[in-house]
Amino acid sequence: MPVEKINMPQLGESVTEGTISSWLVKPGDTVEKYDPIAEVMTDKVNAEVPSSFSGTITELEVEEGETVSVGDLICYIEIEGKEEDSTEEKASAPVEETPVPSGEETAKEKPRFSPAVLTLASKHGIDLNDVEGTGRGGRITRKDVERFVAEGSHSQPSKAEKKESGTTQTAEKQPSQKKSEETVLESGDKEIPVTGVRKAIASNMVTSTTEIPHAWMMVEVDVTNLVALREKLKNKFKQEEGFSLTYFAFFVKAVAQALKEFPELNSQWAGDKIIQKKDINLNIAVAKENELFVPVIRDADEKSIKGIAKSVHTLATKARQGKLTSDDMQGGTFTVNNTGSFGSVQSMGVINHPQAAILQVESIVKKPVYMDGMFGARDMVNLCLSLDHRILDGLIAGNFLQKVKENLEAYADDTSVY
Amino acid sequence: MPVISYIQAVTKALKEEMRNDDKVFVLGEDVGVRGGVFRATDGLYEEFGEDRVLDTPLAESAIAGVGIGAAMYGMRPVAEMQFADFIMPAVNQIVSEAAKVRYRSNNDWNVPLTIRAPYGGGVHGALYHSQSVEALFANTPGLKIVMPSTPYDVKGLLKASIRSNDPVLFFEHKRAYRLIKGEVPDEDYTLPIGKADVKREGSDITIITYGLCVHFALQAAEKLEQEGISAHILDLRTVYPLDKESIIEAAKKTGKVLLISEDNKEGGIISEVSAIISENCLFDLDSPIERLAGPDVPAMPYAPSMEKHFMMNPDKVEKAMRKLAEF
Repeated sequence: MPVEKINMPQLGESVTEGTISSWLVKPGDTVEKYDPIAEVMTDKVNAEVPSSFSGTITELEVEEGETVSVGDLICYIEIEGKEEDSTEEKASAPVEETPVPSGEETAKEKPRFSPAVLTLASKHGIDLNDVEGTGRGGRITRKDVERFVAEGSHSQPSKAEKKESGTTQTAEKQPSQKKSEETVLESGDKEIPVTGVRKAIASNMVTSTTEIPHAWMMVEVDVTNLVALREKLKNKFKQEEGFSLTYFAFFVKAVAQALKEFPELNSQWAGDKIIQKKDINLNIAVAKENELFVPVIRDADEKSIKGIAKSVHTLATKARQGKLTSDDMQGGTFTVNNTGSFGSVQSMGVINHPQAAILQVESIVKKPVYMDGMFGARDMVNLCLSLDHRILDGLIAGNFLQKVKENLEAYADDTSVY
Repeated sequence: MPVISYIQAVTKALKEEMRNDDKVFVLGEDVGVRGGVFRATDGLYEEFGEDRVLDTPLAESAIAGVGIGAAMYGMRPVAEMQFADFIMPAVNQIVSEAAKVRYRSNNDWNVPLTIRAPYGGGVHGALYHSQSVEALFANTPGLKIVMPSTPYDVKGLLKASIRSNDPVLFFEHKRAYRLIKGEVPDEDYTLPIGKADVKREGSDITIITYGLCVHFALQAAEKLEQEGISAHILDLRTVYPLDKESIIEAAKKTGKVLLISEDNKEGGIISEVSAIISENCLFDLDSPIERLAGPDVPAMPYAPSMEKHFMMNPDKVEKAMRKLAEF
């Protein structure tokens, strides 16, 4: 009585593995050919694996819940006597019987586009899901896209609508391109293709706002002393160091110090856990024409104010010259954004995913402030904090902001920037 | 316009240039009394005499060397290698001297020499009478390599080569000699060296090739047109230096490029064409750049079945073109 192997069958063309969700047999059970022996779950279908032979199950090789590749051994079966024709039908039989969705969808599962097709699609703002492929295996050819463009955009919206009600996952992935299908171009309107950095920003912003539950708070800080201090130092500093001593450096320093005390702010959401980062690497936002970069000041807590000013200067220069490297961009744990440089006094920052919070430093504004029994002209600044409410609550964020405020108000005439 | 054969166009160009300029003379093995083994110099000896139509010893290095010396002295020699396969003994003269004289002498000297040589297979010529040798010379700056496909191009380009002030290797496909006929005007004209030529306009696939393969591609394109496949065919004409601009334009036109050569595949002219396209046309490409060429074996075999296997033909070309169109 020969022992045969039963392997993981191919459940659909593009399926490469499946998870045995439950066994329907146990060793010693007798089964007929085509009797279901296990339930399998793949990313495509849930199906039963039929036995390829009649016989007695001798050994189960895979635990329930285990994921195995197509063709891998899942169990042994002992066959009763008269088996001549069984060998040729090994394991391959169930293909047709499983409820594979439809051929069309299978083909669309992994579309591969040539550079020419992608170039044309982005140039004309085309969702390639709407284009019918005439190439080998349904591939979309350059001519297909050209034809699609030539046929005009009037046929586009209807198809797009149909598409959207059908599936949503592609729409989620490419939010930036969805817009163009709904808007109507009028004469004189200018179409600007969304590419490169703009596209990356768009996609990151959508990820941040859709994934992160943002909460927002603001404190007002009296930086009169800081303003006086900087006024005193700035000319000499510029002369000696060759770059400017900006307010921003003082703010970054104050934030880095506060983060040391409140590491909760210096953390990331990771699904089932929160990762508190040890290093304090601060992203700063640097704009270049219509592009926005967030390069990183590494170990900001270990740097002096001068050191930070220098890093800011270097990164901003690099950004303007387009010389930022991927090293310059990676590893940020918290973001400080100098919105004040645009004259803003209040703003709601979008968190730099997957960080926990972003701090916006607004414009320093002279205001009448009631203190010590009278009104005085003070330099006031708003600090706006957006926080990931999954990671942080108002209390801790408030304490952190208070700490930043303290640090800033502690700058005095004798503070050293070195 | 009279219709003449490829080889008649060679003879015509030589004759016209020799009449036109006393400094032009031909030299080579059996080019004189015999009129050349392929009859390319037929009638020249009778018309111009033994002083301008020189039968040389069987020494290719001397044919090239004498040509270089005469050229430096102010003559416009047209040297013939009886078969391109025999050019090897002359490589040192061609590569080390002819190609470099202008550069080495800082423009004091130059070599207005044309070396003609029949190349290519499909004539049952076996190893030493069938080779394509262009790739051997195609990374030698200072040389130009012209490989025309039609009688019209032959006449215009050979005349341009003879008038060129620098050395030109002029390779003629020996199977095309009597196979390919075309209209050639009697008037004097030249065609620019270094310029490719669109032999057929199309929109589905781009074929870039040279020499006899141009005709295979044209034939296949004719057939495929009935199936609705429109082929754009670029004839390189000069394979070194390459006409980058035309190559890029042709590749971008359809985004699907098939490169064809009778030569061995690796390291051939079309490999360089492929590099130019991949450097310049990434975002216009709709398929991988395809190369159709001879197998990487030492030479054209003698046995007819083996020769057929090695040699390019319209069927192979048609198959490759259809495959690319369907991609």
